Amino acid sequence: MENLVQTAMQNVNFAAIMPSLVLACSAMALLLLNAFMKRGATALPCWLSLLALAATAWISIKGWNAAQFGFAGHAALDNYAIFFNLVFVLAAAMTILMSDSYLHREGYPVGEYYPLVLFSTVGAMLMASGTDLMTIFLGLEVLSVSLYVLAGFFRGQLRSNEAGLKYFLLGAFSTGFLLYGMALIYGVTGTTNVADIGVFFSHHRTELSNPLAVGGMLLMATGFLFKIAIAPFHMWTPDVYEGSPTPITAFMSAGPKAAAFAAFMRVFLVGLGTMQDSWVGMLWVLAVLTMVMGNFVAISQTNLKRMLAYSSVAHAGYALVGLVAANEIGISAVLFYMLAYAFMNIGAFAVLVLAGKQGEENLTLQGFAGFGYKRPVLAVLLTICLFSLMGIPPSAGFTGKFYIFAGALNAGYVWLAILGVLNSAVSLYYYLRVMVYMYFREPEEDFSWVQLKPGATLCLVLSVIGVLFLGIVPSGVMALARQALF
Amino acid sequence: MSEHLLSLMTFFPLLGMLVVLMLPKGQDGLLKTVTLVVTLITFVISLPLALDPVFKTSAAMHYTEFVRWISVGDYFRMNYSIGVDGISLWLVILTTFIMPIAVLSTWQAIKKNVKGYMALLLLLETAMLGAFISLDLFLFYIFWELMLIPMYFLIGIWGGANRIYAAVKFFIYTAVGSLLMLVAIIFLYYHAIGTGVCVDGFSIADFYRLGIDPALQKWLFLAFAFSFAIKVPMFPVHTWLPDAHTEAPTAGSVILAAVMLKMGTYGYLRFAMPLFPDALRQFLPMLALLSVIGIIYGALVAMMQKDVKKLVAYSSVSHLGFVMLGLFALNTIGINGAILQMINHGISTGALFLIVGFIYERRHTRLISDFGGLSKQMPVFATIFMIVTLSSIGLPATNGFVGEFLILMGAFESDLRWFAVFATSGVILAAVYMLWMFQRVMYGKLDKPENQVLKDLSVRELCVILPLVVCVFWIGVAPNTFLEKMTPAVNQLIEQVTGEAVAAVSEVVMPSAAPEQAQQH
Repeated sequence: MENLVQTAMQNVNFAAIMPSLVLACSAMALLLLNAFMKRGATALPCWLSLLALAATAWISIKGWNAAQFGFAGHAALDNYAIFFNLVFVLAAAMTILMSDSYLHREGYPVGEYYPLVLFSTVGAMLMASGTDLMTIFLGLEVLSVSLYVLAGFFRGQLRSNEAGLKYFLLGAFSTGFLLYGMALIYGVTGTTNVADIGVFFSHHRTELSNPLAVGGMLLMATGFLFKIAIAPFHMWTPDVYEGSPTPITAFMSAGPKAAAFAAFMRVFLVGLGTMQDSWVGMLWVLAVLTMVMGNFVAISQTNLKRMLAYSSVAHAGYALVGLVAANEIGISAVLFYMLAYAFMNIGAFAVLVLAGKQGEENLTLQGFAGFGYKRPVLAVLLTICLFSLMGIPPSAGFTGKFYIFAGALNAGYVWLAILGVLNSAVSLYYYLRVMVYMYFREPEEDFSWVQLKPGATLCLVLSVIGVLFLGIVPSGVMALARQALF
Repeated sequence: MSEHLLSLMTFFPLLGMLVVLMLPKGQDGLLKTVTLVVTLITFVISLPLALDPVFKTSAAMHYTEFVRWISVGDYFRMNYSIGVDGISLWLVILTTFIMPIAVLSTWQAIKKNVKGYMALLLLLETAMLGAFISLDLFLFYIFWELMLIPMYFLIGIWGGANRIYAAVKFFIYTAVGSLLMLVAIIFLYYHAIGTGVCVDGFSIADFYRLGIDPALQKWLFLAFAFSFAIKVPMFPVHTWLPDAHTEAPTAGSVILAAVMLKMGTYGYLRFAMPLFPDALRQFLPMLALLSVIGIIYGALVAMMQKDVKKLVAYSSVSHLGFVMLGLFALNTIGINGAILQMINHGISTGALFLIVGFIYERRHTRLISDFGGLSKQMPVFATIFMIVTLSSIGLPATNGFVGEFLILMGAFESDLRWFAVFATSGVILAAVYMLWMFQRVMYGKLDKPENQVLKDLSVRELCVILPLVVCVFWIGVAPNTFLEKMTPAVNQLIEQVTGEAVAAVSEVVMPSAAPEQAQQH
């Protein structure tokens, strides 16, 4: 027994989880601090959270190219995790930036909001650093539980309640699938360590067709694909995205989605890479299905939040194309795309945050009629984000899609690439329609309620800078994404 | 200075756009003046290209610039690689030449949000110039897509009654084609790497040397050809054009007709044909057939139009059919004629759209039946309209004649003899629809009271249209100024496509261009 403890202690390497540790401790301290503060009196929690995120980012960056492993192979702070950590931190920071004024407007200036965002970021980081199914599951739970609360954060609003409850019920259900899948894989391989699972399968090739292994793989895929919102497991997305507070919607579409991708890719490429033949076909079909579902249903949406929800489904489909390709370009393109998507989508949501009235009943296409004339600068920034979502150069969305389809073509998936670009073409229609309303219709409102709140404006400007930067000089970031491969 | 001439020319309008964006909003006069000055300076910057004699003897790219732009480890290189040769030379000049005219033409027509309008025009100029000078497929694609954005807004915001439909249709049609081309571009890149040919980025010159397997060429060619066919536009993917042309504001129509349609034909010349010569030969009869259908169909539909602007739009379909036929002749005369006709169409149809704009600004209608007898009230206008009409029909001594004559001659000398026979009827049909329209608008009784008070052209309007009229005669009388600079590059292209060297070119071209000169002297 003593020996066991000793071995365990020797294996402890806090450096491997340092970013999550710092962020978790900050979040707890912040929670405590809130107890002594008058609610909504200052923006202090907001700034402290940003500080904590900055510290986390700094610690993460310091570990670049100096991978740390710890806890007997349960967690790793390798380049892969660091890259994703930065995406999460970025998404969280931008979300927090746009939240302060929003929470005040909606009448919920509550302190625990920020720690919850931080906790969900911790969960996301654990998922990316998790090299063991247990750590990944732990991360997923931390992430999800915080998000369930955040989705239903406006407890006085029916839609928000619906979002929280729906997300919780379906999420819990899908987590069950994931856990069951993990159990089956453990049953076959006798280990929960992702790398060991990979080693096991490469040594026991006959086990690859073991129904338990295949079943475990399918169940795990279901759990992950639910979180990423891949069709047909995307049904929760529109309602949850529409009902949640807008900054949280922005966060969910960028951070947790990327986290699920991070864990999914690590498990499936490292752990179940030898099983590729049995999952690649399935993912091929699901990628196409997701793109088609997301894009075609988005066409008929009139609420912008809901439209962006469906568009985020479609974008998950594009990213999945990179995973199907499963080659160096494809995978690094997925990493790149997660970052690009965080910029462009959070930017678009920031405009919605700025343009919304209390209760956000005006976030419809009609509500944006003439927005381009009354609020030209905001409209131009939104336009840039939308063009990026369409994938028109020179924007982050274009380079991202370019790399992804390049990965697919390099791996020989010509039809997948063609279907992908055709889907992009479909998506033009609904993104363009927003511009049609903003620029081609006469204004019905004077948009006098729109004020350029500093936080959300900063978030928007940062997003647009990011979109253009990744669009015009993507080399540096793409090279980083490439170094981040395991 | 001269080594960065092309970059300076291309990005000067972009710089101008930033200046325009920083100017205060209500100062319409200032905004217009700044834009006009920027486009004029751009034209002046481009002039050394037009005067450079090097193109007479050399088929190579000149004024090249090369900067490593995107490079991700050992995969993916994209270069900022630009240059100009005899094929793109006149298209570049046409662009810089048309832009100030387009700006000047909107002096009074645009009242709403002048700042946005001018900024978009300048952005459009950068995108168009960039597309013509790109020597890297990836770079070309970026400019090609970038072109869509300003034009979409120009049509959608400042267009006519049906503008939203037209703008969205324009955007989606073009984007669908170009997305498929994107797949083909990436595929080509990997194919090039796979075959081990030294490929630096998406360099066109490297891709030319690939020697792709004919079976594969077929698919890649289809993707490229489809994308460019939409832009040309060729029958049957032309349907966005009448809508976009009719709804666009005057400057938009002028730029669309004069420059943007040429992107499609230029795409064939620079990319689709030389990259995939085997596939081209395979599809040649079909493409020629579509061109001829376009010529005749466009002319017939133009004849039936009640709206002058729509008539001009359909005439574009017909004229671009000629250009395509000239390209597919695959001989020096045909391709020279096609390139010249690209320029001619830019000048003549650009001028026609300007003329339609003039009368629309006066009467706010474009229906033929609302006019009649205008020549009595507006003699100067009538003269200019007549000249432009005749140039569009292709009367000798005007530019249209030289272009169409060369194209038809080229086609007769090639395998496309029978296509040329049918295409010739397009010339006759053009005379029918243009002259019939002219007669109904300009002659007859001046019976409508609104028409009896119309003013003749103002000095500004004369400044807008006269440069084009000068070009009509210049090209009509001395086409060699233009032809001699494109011939070497064209011959190299033909060699590339057919694999046969072209001998003694100048002797082939001169006689055909001579008759007009003789006539004049």
